[in-house]
Amino acid sequence: MTMNWPAVTAIYRFEMARFWRTALQSIVAPVIATSLYFVVFGAAIGSRVTAVDGIAYGAFIVPGLIMLSLLTQSIANASFGIYFPRFAGTIYEILSAPVSPFEIVLGYVGAAASKSILIGLIILATATLFVPIHIEHPAMMVVFLLLTAVTFSLFGFLIGLWADGFEKLQLVPLLVVTPLTFLGGSFYAIDMLPPFWRAVSLFNPVVYLISGFRWSFFGKGDVAVEISLGMTLLFLSACLAAVTWIFRTGYRLKS
Amino acid sequence: MPPIIAIANLSKVYASGHQALRDVNLEIAKGEIFALLGPNGAGKSTLINIVCGIVTPSAGTIRIDGHDAAKDYRAARTAIGLVPQELTTDAFETVWATTSFTRGLFGLKPDPAHIERVLRDLSLWDKRDSRIMTLSGGMKRRVLIAKALSHQPRILFLDEPTAGVDVELRQDMWRLVRSLRDQGVTIILTTHYIEEAEEMADRVGVIAKGEIILVEEKAELMRKLGKKQLILQLQGPLTALPASLAAHPGLALGADGAELTYTYDTQAAETGIATLLSDLAAAGLSVSDLSTRQSSLEDIFVDLVRTGARTSAGIDA
Repeated sequence: MTMNWPAVTAIYRFEMARFWRTALQSIVAPVIATSLYFVVFGAAIGSRVTAVDGIAYGAFIVPGLIMLSLLTQSIANASFGIYFPRFAGTIYEILSAPVSPFEIVLGYVGAAASKSILIGLIILATATLFVPIHIEHPAMMVVFLLLTAVTFSLFGFLIGLWADGFEKLQLVPLLVVTPLTFLGGSFYAIDMLPPFWRAVSLFNPVVYLISGFRWSFFGKGDVAVEISLGMTLLFLSACLAAVTWIFRTGYRLKS
Repeated sequence: MPPIIAIANLSKVYASGHQALRDVNLEIAKGEIFALLGPNGAGKSTLINIVCGIVTPSAGTIRIDGHDAAKDYRAARTAIGLVPQELTTDAFETVWATTSFTRGLFGLKPDPAHIERVLRDLSLWDKRDSRIMTLSGGMKRRVLIAKALSHQPRILFLDEPTAGVDVELRQDMWRLVRSLRDQGVTIILTTHYIEEAEEMADRVGVIAKGEIILVEEKAELMRKLGKKQLILQLQGPLTALPASLAAHPGLALGADGAELTYTYDTQAAETGIATLLSDLAAAGLSVSDLSTRQSSLEDIFVDLVRTGARTSAGIDA
């Protein structure tokens, strides 16, 4: 079956238009937030923290900060992108169009991932204003950036399908994702923790993402890069499976 | 000519257990205007939403222009334009963007000339760069129609298109529907304004409690079910009907005694009018004026839905 590319493009453009329309909150806000992190953690606290793994603390937190934004932005963009048409009723148009589930996901998730990658790159650029950054494995950095953005956009898409109110839309990001990200080693190395909490951390999927991403910057991570990559792919597969199931059953989309 | 839409044994039971449709069989001919009438909750929107792919059927098949709506949904849905009942629009998009968006969803390359034509036909051209949220309700309704026409559908569904719109828009809309039909577009509409179905439709279907209880050519329906009344104004009032007129069962005397109403069946071999008039003359009654009144589709509809019975008027299933 041939792909309905005009539909994918239409959905993608529609979603990106929303991004540019709200450029202030979608671009300026993360830049300001990142700058604040640098001022607080990098300059104020960082000046009293010794280097982590031989990396200056200011530089050490850069991959974690990018991941933090990548995760929250991917989820926020994708969940809102699909939830809003459901809420407003305009989803009728997508459902009655000759569009396959794969094309719908490609449009929405592709746009959400594009936006968060863009924000990730903006944060990286902002970070270079504060600390000198050298990326050891640029290709792998891009791979992690892409995989994480796509995975969490899919995850956000799932939340947007599952949510039946704006509260639920906020629930998972606030109660699950933000804590996991903060506890995932954005601002510290896992081996700085006591042994018990170090063991607990290994159950946190975000640890693997941040570790892998940090490895691509500095050549070192909390866990081996292969494990990071494997865990990321595992999470991606889980999200793909869930989305496939939803479209097969019509769950929350069709009555 | 094969039907452009063929619905067979279609049923829908929602997760709540509510049975919205029961074994619906319906065929729509290419190029006709078909009006689906029914009270609220009869299953009109469910039927439309299933045909358009928004609701999943529990049983039955739908073929759109020969394509199975489930298995070959791309070919089936490409043919269909839908104007939903609710004013569901993207508030922040412009008229031009939202109309072009729909065209894209239906797999067509951008065609600014076509979009312009559609917007001009619907008097939306001046509003093309306006955000939808700044438009009035009537304008939003026009936008929904523009979206449905953006991909040049061969079948157009209008779900309660004139609910809550002003007279001007309603007339614009019916002019548009006629011109679309002239271009060969098949139109299926639901409406509460029965006089519109009466004026516009080629065929009428009546749905009640999830069942199609009647499908009939509109003219035939009105002819078959249409009762006609002859109203006679008498020169002098009567206190009671003369005994000599008792042989006419359809005859009734008005409250003021000055008006006689004779109800007859236009389909009967003998309407009885001729004998009535001669009997009136024989009884010495003179008539100052007379008029006839024919029952409207609305009367027929209300009657049908109230009795809920399948009439012999022609179940087309």
